[in-house]
Amino acid sequence: MQVAIYKTRIPAEEIVAAMKAGEDGAVVVFEGNVRNNTRGRRTLFLDYEAYEEMALAQMRGLVAEALEKFSVRDIALAHRLGRLEVGETSVLIVVASAHRAAAFEGCRWLIDTLKKTVPIWKKEHFEDGAVWADGEPFPAALTLGGTEASNA
Amino acid sequence: MQVRVLYFGVLKDLFHAESEDLEMPVGSTVGSLLKSFQERAPERGGLWSSLAVAVNQEYAKKDCALREGDHVALLPPVSGGGGESQRQSQGSSRSSG
Repeated sequence: MQVAIYKTRIPAEEIVAAMKAGEDGAVVVFEGNVRNNTRGRRTLFLDYEAYEEMALAQMRGLVAEALEKFSVRDIALAHRLGRLEVGETSVLIVVASAHRAAAFEGCRWLIDTLKKTVPIWKKEHFEDGAVWADGEPFPAALTLGGTEASNA
Repeated sequence: MQVRVLYFGVLKDLFHAESEDLEMPVGSTVGSLLKSFQERAPERGGLWSSLAVAVNQEYAKKDCALREGDHVALLPPVSGGGGESQRQSQGSSRSSG
């Protein structure tokens, strides 16, 4: 597995090339890119920040889980932090597998789960101000639970 | 006892700090720490109930006991990755300038 956080451009071509092996019938690559608008409002750039040590540990844990759950051969997962311009890549997932179905499924599960559990946040900068993006609600297993307050 | 509270995302802006050392009574838990924050900024009710908490980089529950020197991170809902959020807009709750 290859898991990393970058402060500069993610070297996607190199990572994908390094992931290929003779036994793979499929390599699925997902790039998450900075879009030029949020709900029609023009985006200038994004700032990503993380609880870095925990984010890396969570990313490694997710990759280990995906390798086992989908029985794929190898996975690379990279996330970028700092300021990103429109069109730049914030996250890269590469899943190499003997068969395509497992590679697609593993890749989809990884991006969906990452977006709910890995402690990374983005601030969206618009022409008229900046806001922290609405996050995904945490999965129940990670929320506080307990009995003090009933969150109806 | 003292714990270090780490702020991320919107909380960093709210408290104008990345972290804060807090004096807590012995026997404090994640739940009691969070309660003290709710009292500090009650107008942000929805924010407090949306948080997850990590103690020393592991997600923790309300009854998790805190110890001297723990790093307690208050984590707003995360928004990493790229592309679309799966969550729909909650209407016009944002100021438009």
